[in-house]
Amino acid sequence: MTTNMENKKQILEGSQAIAAVVNNINPAVISAYPITPQTHIVEKLAKLKANGEANYEYVRAESEFAAASIILGASATGVRVYSATSSQGLLLMSEVVFNIAGMRLPIVMTCANRAVSAPINIWNDQSDVMAIRDAGWIHLFAENNQEAVDLHILAYKIAEKLKLPVMVNVDGFILTHAFEPVIIPDAKTIKKYLPEYKPATGTYLDPSNPVTLGAFFTPAHYFETRVDLHNDLIDSLKVIKKEYKNLLSVLGRKNRDNGLVEYFGPKNPETILVALGSVIGTIRETVKDDNKIGVLKIKTYRPFPADEVNKILLKAKNIAVIEKAISLGQAGPLYSDIKAGLPINKLNISNYIVGLGGRDVTQKMIKTIISNAKAHNNKTKFIGKI
Amino acid sequence: MKTPKINLITKANTTLNNKTGPWRTQKPVTDYNTCISCSTCAKICPEACIEMEQIKNYPKLKPVTDYDYCKGCALCVHECPVKAIKMVDDY
Repeated sequence: MTTNMENKKQILEGSQAIAAVVNNINPAVISAYPITPQTHIVEKLAKLKANGEANYEYVRAESEFAAASIILGASATGVRVYSATSSQGLLLMSEVVFNIAGMRLPIVMTCANRAVSAPINIWNDQSDVMAIRDAGWIHLFAENNQEAVDLHILAYKIAEKLKLPVMVNVDGFILTHAFEPVIIPDAKTIKKYLPEYKPATGTYLDPSNPVTLGAFFTPAHYFETRVDLHNDLIDSLKVIKKEYKNLLSVLGRKNRDNGLVEYFGPKNPETILVALGSVIGTIRETVKDDNKIGVLKIKTYRPFPADEVNKILLKAKNIAVIEKAISLGQAGPLYSDIKAGLPINKLNISNYIVGLGGRDVTQKMIKTIISNAKAHNNKTKFIGKI
Repeated sequence: MKTPKINLITKANTTLNNKTGPWRTQKPVTDYNTCISCSTCAKICPEACIEMEQIKNYPKLKPVTDYDYCKGCALCVHECPVKAIKMVDDY
């Protein structure tokens, strides 16, 4: 594609930027089924292939279940693969999503986060990914398009190193359809950090070294496979941190965070706002001149970096967890995760559900949340209208 | 990378190491004197664990059930045209 613009700042739509970096990562097989708001990503990848500007096989699928199964099978033959989806598409894939994690296939997939039906709604929130957060994937959340680009490179590195699948979450429309200045690292730069994927002989489907992948496990062994997967996910926190640092140095970017979390604000904040994804941009802008408010961005959501999160949150009096998903009948999923890790009764921690089904999250809403968080409430509140 | 403690990659054909026979509570028993050696049971067994074999004192091939893998579904009992197979308690 725009080869002369690579490694330089250009204005690109989020989806186009993701497609461009995926092409430069050089996967062997891509299979996807178009769904709003992910469509532009796979449309661009299909176009690159049709124009002879890509080396991958682009396999058209009849559904997301098929697309996920195709990349599972392709990955099992020992090659790098890619797919992208959203909302209902992710839910249709969900059985395969669990299989991919259980089979320890190093698959990277983009989820353009969107609300889940019914009622049908194509706009952004994060209910889709929250439905499969327990599948055993690593979940990364991008705040802006540059981060989305960089996280895809990181995702392949950690996936292939640890044999764990990684989902890169980008807020639908807010990121996928927004034009922003972004640098697309060229294939040569990426290759310095992410070498060709060459799994060891005997670990993938190969007629000359026959093996069975995804075999049957009786009660004698299944339990331990789950323990292993859980422990390896927890251990991956260290690797994500290390590899994120390496990536920034290869790309020549400044280290604003550690790959797991980013804190910005005063040293001793009165209130800390916690969130995932693009809403951090709105929060940043709202509190930039407030010397009492800190912001904690969670970039790696699974495995959950509880120690890093606690270290930061225990500095404040009040915590407001702002999220675009709700575990219906309970609370926001991020709120539950944070509460599970914090010492009991130590903090005033409240939960604010915003932006469901694409409702705009305004600075005024953030201000309301800040003042509300000071009251000792420990409750989940919906902030939909001001 | 810490290699998983349980190896998820298994040798081809090793599914046979998991004997599924103990899953059943009843087992099919074939009366070779009633059996007409039509081999219907061997053909329809969903576990493919019935083989037609040469048995002493019987001129025609007779079905032999592999009880290591027979799950006791009783399809053979249902399909046998001469009702030569009966389910008996197996616990």
